[in-house]
Amino acid sequence: MSRHLARALVPAVGVALLLAACNTSTPTSNAKFSGTTIRVVTFTGPQIAEPLQRRAPDFEKATGAKVEVITVPFSDLYQKILTDFATKTNSYDAMVFDPQWMGDYVPPGYLEDLTDRVHADSALQWNDIAPFFRDFSATYKGHVYTVPLDGDFQMVYYRKDILQRDGVTPPQTWQDYINIAKKYQGKDLNGDGKPDFGSCWAMKRSAQSYWMFISVAASFLQSQGTKQGAFFNTDNMQPLMNNAGTAAALDIYKQFSKLGPPDQLNNDVGDSRGLFVTGRCALSLDWGDIGPLAVDKTQSKVADEVGAVILPGSKQVLDRASGALVDCNSTICPYAINGINHSPFAAFGGWSGAINKAAPAKTKDAAFAFLSYMSQPAQSSVDVTIGKTGFNPYRTTHFTNLGPWESSGMSEQAAKDYLGAIEASLKSPNMVLDLRIPQSAFYEGTALDTALAQYLAGELSLAQTMNQITNQWNSKTDEIGRQAQLGAYKSSLSVTK
Amino acid sequence: MSGQASTRRVPFAASGWNPLVARLDRFAGPVFILPAVLVILAFSIFPLLASLYVSLTRLSFSEGGVHLNFVGLGNYAKLVVGIDRTHFIGVTAPITPLPASVLVVIYGGFAFLLLRYVRGPRRTVLGFVGRLLTVVIAGALVWLVVDTVMTSGRPGTLVVTLIYVSVDVSVQYLLALGLALLVVQRLPGRRIFRVVFLLPMMITPVGVAYLFRMLTDTSKGPLYPLWAHFGLTDVSWVTNPWGARLAVMIGDVWQWTPFIFIVLLASIESLPVELNEAAVVDGANRWQLFWGVTFPQILPATSTVVLIRLIEAFKIVDLPNVLTNGGPGTATESLTLHAYTIWRALDIGGSAAVAYMLLIVVTFVGISYVNLFRRRVTAMA
Repeated sequence: MSRHLARALVPAVGVALLLAACNTSTPTSNAKFSGTTIRVVTFTGPQIAEPLQRRAPDFEKATGAKVEVITVPFSDLYQKILTDFATKTNSYDAMVFDPQWMGDYVPPGYLEDLTDRVHADSALQWNDIAPFFRDFSATYKGHVYTVPLDGDFQMVYYRKDILQRDGVTPPQTWQDYINIAKKYQGKDLNGDGKPDFGSCWAMKRSAQSYWMFISVAASFLQSQGTKQGAFFNTDNMQPLMNNAGTAAALDIYKQFSKLGPPDQLNNDVGDSRGLFVTGRCALSLDWGDIGPLAVDKTQSKVADEVGAVILPGSKQVLDRASGALVDCNSTICPYAINGINHSPFAAFGGWSGAINKAAPAKTKDAAFAFLSYMSQPAQSSVDVTIGKTGFNPYRTTHFTNLGPWESSGMSEQAAKDYLGAIEASLKSPNMVLDLRIPQSAFYEGTALDTALAQYLAGELSLAQTMNQITNQWNSKTDEIGRQAQLGAYKSSLSVTK
Repeated sequence: MSGQASTRRVPFAASGWNPLVARLDRFAGPVFILPAVLVILAFSIFPLLASLYVSLTRLSFSEGGVHLNFVGLGNYAKLVVGIDRTHFIGVTAPITPLPASVLVVIYGGFAFLLLRYVRGPRRTVLGFVGRLLTVVIAGALVWLVVDTVMTSGRPGTLVVTLIYVSVDVSVQYLLALGLALLVVQRLPGRRIFRVVFLLPMMITPVGVAYLFRMLTDTSKGPLYPLWAHFGLTDVSWVTNPWGARLAVMIGDVWQWTPFIFIVLLASIESLPVELNEAAVVDGANRWQLFWGVTFPQILPATSTVVLIRLIEAFKIVDLPNVLTNGGPGTATESLTLHAYTIWRALDIGGSAAVAYMLLIVVTFVGISYVNLFRRRVTAMA
């Protein structure tokens, strides 16, 4: 009996196995990008790399394309990509990077023009992306080269519970910020009996400190709208780094260095975020990351106790004609709110995905499909609510659809506070665009960063700091060509919002 | 060797049955050496010359590739007299009596050594010129160190590197010698100590840097209870220039002392015991045993290991990069980190110029050390 059964089962099992084999091969063979591998480079995470790695298997299941995420340290990312392009090694098919670097990547023709693709892809919902990110993060001289995956603005976070308890209004000006930080410096803010800090900033060299400084300086340097610019004089490309406005900003910046943890000069954003969400700081300046991190109960001790406001401003701004600081009025500060000039700074511009023009055609199609998939509302609406992704809101639906935020653990009020601060920045006609000209990495990441570190360490006086930045910026501008750099700078400011 | 070669050649040449083989045999030596020469040319000489050319250029990107625009000595001028001068050399200041007296003592020592050579029996013109050149360059470097460190000035990356090298190698040698002398004693558990002392050398320098970054964090690091006990939680090692340099140097000493230790240990353990026994019979005490018998015998090993560490120490980069990112300001930035910082902004020519300045300094120190110290020590031994 059993032998007959076995004889009958053998062909049946054979047929079943054959069918199973056919079944497993069917989706792969039908998949649009079967056999294609996309090599995506970005920085060593967990931020940014994490969502790419987490969603890659789902994308492969849907399309057949395998995604390899290659990570390198942030400080090496710019030159790694550029060297790879220039030497024609082409080891990366797509890259998720800082859109500031388009000034170096686009003119030599390294990036694929995505203008037609983004408009043809209905699933991407291009028009749902906030205009600033479409026009600045994604566009260079009228052509789209990147798909935005992140929205970056700096804002101020504060301990709502403590400020409300003490009847303290969130800071409107940088002087307010200093006063509040002084009030809480050395006080116990998280109930552990140890003294905590009034303010926590990332001030480490070769990290993010120069963006923090520009956030302060911008409120003194730019008051007449985005096109005025905060870095150079648009007539002659002279740096705006040696004047009364920059001096005031440097003075404030130095005061902040003394209103935080003792090793603040050696802290990057990882340190300052960790300190803030563990309840050790009354105030902090950061991108949108603290909002989602604060509701992550695995690491946060301040869930639902965090408020956010637009970057503080100044009641005095630089008069470029005289080089002096003057009080705000309706002429010189047309966008001031209650006499305070706010200049929200789009620091960095938001991580964006681009495609190597030299990649094979099918790989480019697959790479675009992957970037589109990452940006589509179904994925990005969830990713922007997770702190460890490093992605911050950048689509209209991210602001209007509070569902994912509440699912992430944020209360409705906290979500409105957080998104409100970002929206206030986004809607400001005086927002400050980050520098996006050839060799931006040198201007900001080397010259400005080093001078600020030397100033904070006491190696340079205030006047020497301003002179050093100005001389180094001028030297680099002359080296590359003043007219060419002026053209690139003006071009970057001519975006339409 | 040459004798063997000639005996091998004779049958071919003398037989005359195959002149082609005889001719090939004459070229055998160069042919066998050729692969090694080609490898050295490809991997050492060519990169050296290529980077020298790069240091004389400025890199720019354009459609379809890169351009190297020749700028002559522009990148070097930027470091020595241009906008990077304070970063590379530092800031000098008027010399006060204390640094002036230090300079007088050191220069006096140089003059004495030069005079002794001139009056000595083995003087030659070439030897004098070499020593004069050494004294002039060393004198300039000493002046730079004294004028930027002992005054109100500020040391640049060149001086910071010289401080790292001189302090690190000296302390490492003294510690390693002490440990090696202890471990050769017949102490209980000395085998375990021998392994334990070697462990730091096995750890990657980046790991050591992160370790020291945690240890020097007084507000939340693993040594927090210790700092809190002494009331030092508001003090940061790494935001004070000399505190940060000290942290870097402690990390480097901790990591590389084992290397010198193992070389000296091997040298001491291989010494014949007869000399010590004879000295003991003659009534020598422990210090006389060490200074008169052991130390002279380990001098060749000492001179070699110090030379290796000198050259290595000039290239320090991991510790200051991870521990402080070169900060506060540029206080802990070494020459290699300086070159790396510029390279990151794709100023390849400027970066190569810094690297070549480092090469010049290392070569000067290495050649001076070999000529003035190592040869003499080896000859004495």
